[in-house]
Amino acid sequence: MAKVVLKLGDDISTDIIYPGRYMATVLPSETPQYAFADNAEFNGRLKRKEIPAGSVVVAGKNFGCGSSREQAASTLKGHELAVVARNFARIFFQNSINLGLRTIVCPGIEAEEGQDLDITPDKVINLTTGKSFPIEPLPKARQAIIDAGGLIAYTRTRGLGKTPGSAKG
Amino acid sequence: MGLTIVEKILAKAVRRPAVRAGEVVEPAVGMAMSHENAALVINQFLEIYKDTGLEPKVWDPSKIAIIFDHRVPAEGSKTATNQKKIRAFVAQQGIKKFHDIRGDQGGICHQILPENGYVLPGRVVVGTDSHTTSHGALGAFAFGIGATEMASVWTLGMVLNVEVPKTIKVVVKGRFPRHVLPKDLILYLIGQLTAEGANFKVIEFHGPAIKTMSTSGRLVLCNMSVEAGATSGIVPPDAETVRYLRSEAKVKGKLDLFGPDPDAEYDRVLEVDVAKLEPMVACPHTVDNVKPVGAVRGVKVQQVVIGSCTNGRLDDLAAAARILKGKSVAKGTRMLVFPASYRIYGQALKLGYIADFIKAGAVVMNSGCGPCLGVHQGALGDGEVALATTNRNFKGRMGNPNAEVYLSSPAVAAASAIKGAITDPRKGGR
Repeated sequence: MAKVVLKLGDDISTDIIYPGRYMATVLPSETPQYAFADNAEFNGRLKRKEIPAGSVVVAGKNFGCGSSREQAASTLKGHELAVVARNFARIFFQNSINLGLRTIVCPGIEAEEGQDLDITPDKVINLTTGKSFPIEPLPKARQAIIDAGGLIAYTRTRGLGKTPGSAKG
Repeated sequence: MGLTIVEKILAKAVRRPAVRAGEVVEPAVGMAMSHENAALVINQFLEIYKDTGLEPKVWDPSKIAIIFDHRVPAEGSKTATNQKKIRAFVAQQGIKKFHDIRGDQGGICHQILPENGYVLPGRVVVGTDSHTTSHGALGAFAFGIGATEMASVWTLGMVLNVEVPKTIKVVVKGRFPRHVLPKDLILYLIGQLTAEGANFKVIEFHGPAIKTMSTSGRLVLCNMSVEAGATSGIVPPDAETVRYLRSEAKVKGKLDLFGPDPDAEYDRVLEVDVAKLEPMVACPHTVDNVKPVGAVRGVKVQQVVIGSCTNGRLDDLAAAARILKGKSVAKGTRMLVFPASYRIYGQALKLGYIADFIKAGAVVMNSGCGPCLGVHQGALGDGEVALATTNRNFKGRMGNPNAEVYLSSPAVAAASAIKGAITDPRKGGR
């Protein structure tokens, strides 16, 4: 079970998720402090660790549109949030898969802040309203990256023929 | 059924006779571009090699370009330190297509790549910037990727797991009326398609109005294709492409010129007659909130910005200078001009445009991304309104979520600067 901690509309840009003025901060270990920085209330709750890992951001169409900045994915990943949206913009979606941020394409999702969701492999169940909404499965190609544990690990196995620790030096 | 141009480019990049929309491919990369976010790419690249016992080595330094443009000169110590780290990496890896903060080689990545001949038709171009779509103007399949994906490209020389996109064909006919520019066409199209209408798809541009359009104008169309969600925009290479590559980009050697098959399969086909087009404006806070300029005439603006990777090229500056020459920027309005590269800056200087801008009261800034993303120059005050020739008007753009950004062509922007309010260049200005 996961709680909806933030409900957003359509076309939420990466400028809203991670404002451009913080783009000089790049490391995934440092980006989480600026998640939704222009939403002081929500950013404050995140920073005070009031939001448990696995909590859900619900959004409309085209979540993550705009800039390719990977900080928008790493900042949410840092708080272990999941995003359930009607659909996602391409680069953000790919970045999320590459970094292991949980993104769920759920075209019919209806959920409000404070409601509880159960996310199963093929549907999102809104436990508060009792309604359930089908999930669009990931294309096989993208699933391969997730199964490998992200793009860094996938690149190692695909290209270097190595996994950490297997090196001969 | 034949192939679209992107299907053909990807087929070539995987050495197969054909690939089709929906397939997953791993294409070889012809050019991999990054800007200051190379700092993160380097971090992720080293992460790939961590504990493997292998020496981190990019696959081909001649196919990597790094351009400093987002925060130049550095606005603070963090950026300056990132830039310093990137310089050291570039030297260590032997990356020669590196454009530092210099008046003899600098500028915005989406102008530096074309003008230096780094983009060739028929190739796959990736960049850690969403406006990498721009380079489709030269007949390449060019798209934005994240930093970790770029680290993977630097390692392998290919992009893993790319789904071959479907293509929307846009046929553009008619002649552009006076003061109606390629920017108005792409804003109109984004309004029609919506901000997500081309998600995961490519927009292929065709028709007589494209044939007669300069590469500069094509760059505007492809640059902003991403604002309709497109993976890329692309113009099949033609005589103008060859002219640009030979005479402006000084490309030598054989060019691989091909277009789509005549019987290619398209997701949908749109037709536009530009003869009926009016100057358009994208209103706050989404790029698809597009209206004819008349609908927002008179909206007061405190800042006008001309420049960026969208509209900072010589013909853009010329269009603005023609309107501004001998006039004055309205009191209470500031006007900032950002040429897309120092080459363009130099040409504009020679042609007198820079003098025209300064005399009119505009501030001419160094080439770079400047106020477009609003991190270190030209930020807006609370409640202020800007009109910009840039590509995004999202809330928080230009450095302030409590401000509003409208987007337009350089002609609308220049006419509006004179009045201090959004103005139709066909009526106001001059």
